Amino acid sequence: MDINTAHRIKKSLLKALTLIGLFIAMAIICLPGLWIVLNSLRPTVEIMAKPPVWIPRELSFDAYVAMFSGVGQGGIPVLEYFRNSMIIAVTSTVIALVVGMAGGYAFARYRFPFKTGWFLGLMLTRAVPGIALSLPLFFVYAKLGIIDTHFGLILAYVAMNVPFTIWLIDGFFRQVPKDLAEAAQIDGCTRWQAFWRVEYPLARPGIASAGIFAFLTSWNEFALASQLTRSTDSKTLPVGLLDYTAEFTIDWRGMCALAVVMIIPALALTYAVQKHLVSGLTSGAIKG
Amino acid sequence: MKAWRLPPPFLLLLPAVIVLAAVVIIPLLLSFWSSLTPFRLTRPDSIYQFIGFRNYERIFTDSEFWIAFGRTVLLLTFALNLEMILGLGLAMLVERATRGQRILRTIMMFPMMFSPVLVGFQFKFMFNDNIGLINNALQSLGLTDQAIPWLIDGNLAFFAIMVAEIWSSTAVFAIFILAGLMAMPRDPLEAARVDGCTPWQTFRYVTWPFVMPFAFIAMTIRSLDVARAYDIIKIMTDGGPAKRTEVLWTLIARTGYSDAKMGMANAMSYVAILLSILFTFMFFRQLAKARAQIAAEW
Repeated sequence: MDINTAHRIKKSLLKALTLIGLFIAMAIICLPGLWIVLNSLRPTVEIMAKPPVWIPRELSFDAYVAMFSGVGQGGIPVLEYFRNSMIIAVTSTVIALVVGMAGGYAFARYRFPFKTGWFLGLMLTRAVPGIALSLPLFFVYAKLGIIDTHFGLILAYVAMNVPFTIWLIDGFFRQVPKDLAEAAQIDGCTRWQAFWRVEYPLARPGIASAGIFAFLTSWNEFALASQLTRSTDSKTLPVGLLDYTAEFTIDWRGMCALAVVMIIPALALTYAVQKHLVSGLTSGAIKG
Repeated sequence: MKAWRLPPPFLLLLPAVIVLAAVVIIPLLLSFWSSLTPFRLTRPDSIYQFIGFRNYERIFTDSEFWIAFGRTVLLLTFALNLEMILGLGLAMLVERATRGQRILRTIMMFPMMFSPVLVGFQFKFMFNDNIGLINNALQSLGLTDQAIPWLIDGNLAFFAIMVAEIWSSTAVFAIFILAGLMAMPRDPLEAARVDGCTPWQTFRYVTWPFVMPFAFIAMTIRSLDVARAYDIIKIMTDGGPAKRTEVLWTLIARTGYSDAKMGMANAMSYVAILLSILFTFMFFRQLAKARAQIAAEW
């Protein structure tokens, strides 16, 4: 066997291993999700069956119909929850990203006194256990009268997301060479233009990943939402999930159906934001 | 006359500081005060009764607290390291894929779309000893003929929680590391290939130093989240069976709400915050070192 054949075999072997690894990883990731979808479509008797029923005998959308059929007929106010979740998650993500970009840029590009202290201090605000925070926050919110409002939750989620959007966006601005922005300024751009035309596109993967993470964090947050919301005016989907639990029983089928409703928008959004994970640097427009 | 202006970095950081002050600092001061009182939710007046550091003294001699503390550190160490290794592997696998990358990236983040509450319910159901997916699968495959009591046996329950935790959060590492890989300039990689590096050497000396900062940022975020959120454990076992999976946050919640000793719970929280500070500081040091290695200025 000459060296070329050996090399070729080795290469295709490596490729096959990559594919197998990828397949196994994806299977493990997807299985619980598929299980949820399947369980939302079949009768509870089958979910609880012993011995297990692997291949469903009948599929129906009953759980979904029931869920949307309105309060009092076995349904839950899912549209209101959905609307609240959407408004709160999107608004808080956008604000957190803007604040995070400003802060991240400050850390990446300027020197100022106590920089390390500020940087660590920011992240430490996220170290506070929910329980030490949620009750006093409840008191403060009650005094201000913003319990059970969108604004209250948005404010809380922005505060929750800002520390890491700053850390992450700072990390990505650091990867952008300083010379690039300086070169743009020499070429006649203002600092502001240099930022938007040169530095921002290059840091985009970081901003996109921070955005995805921030959105999913607020979309899924439960502990604060369950404390700071009271009614359908501001209850979010994760809180709504508990509508399906009684003291000793859990309506698995209904819960799975609501889970599917929760996951689909997140999935769609993540898929849409995907393309920004690739920066201008890799597309070859600018060489680093 | 020129108006006095704040220097730009402070101006840029101002919004962040304002939001954090409003939502975190003020409630934090309130809860710190209450940790110095025998505050009970059932007796709101007790918040005005100052008892100094008595709550803290009691905690330091409370073995239950320290066991929970140790278990939290154990969970953090194991889960975080495994998540980072798996996340790195996943990110590199996905980055290597030539086709369908967008779909793969979306699937990769799939577990992040599960609310922790949902993950808790989901894995509680899957690990159910009687009708759960995992026991059913094991029995159908003939690997075992009796039901394994995943959530009832203390050691297994801890393992089950770890599985749920790792399943749900590996994606966080994967997404940040992948974004780092995507932002990585190609020239050093080509240079390494021209210089005749083996794939391992290329990874070790070119790729890894570059993505390391992002891995540490993810570590910091995750360590703080694991140390503060409690949805998954609360729902899966609520610290049981017989306190074998009791971690700091379930203990704090139980003390605060079930036993109604809010002052005590807040004192515990402050000791727990020390743990988070330690972890954050540790990861920050590593982050700074990793950045020094790729000659980034701090």
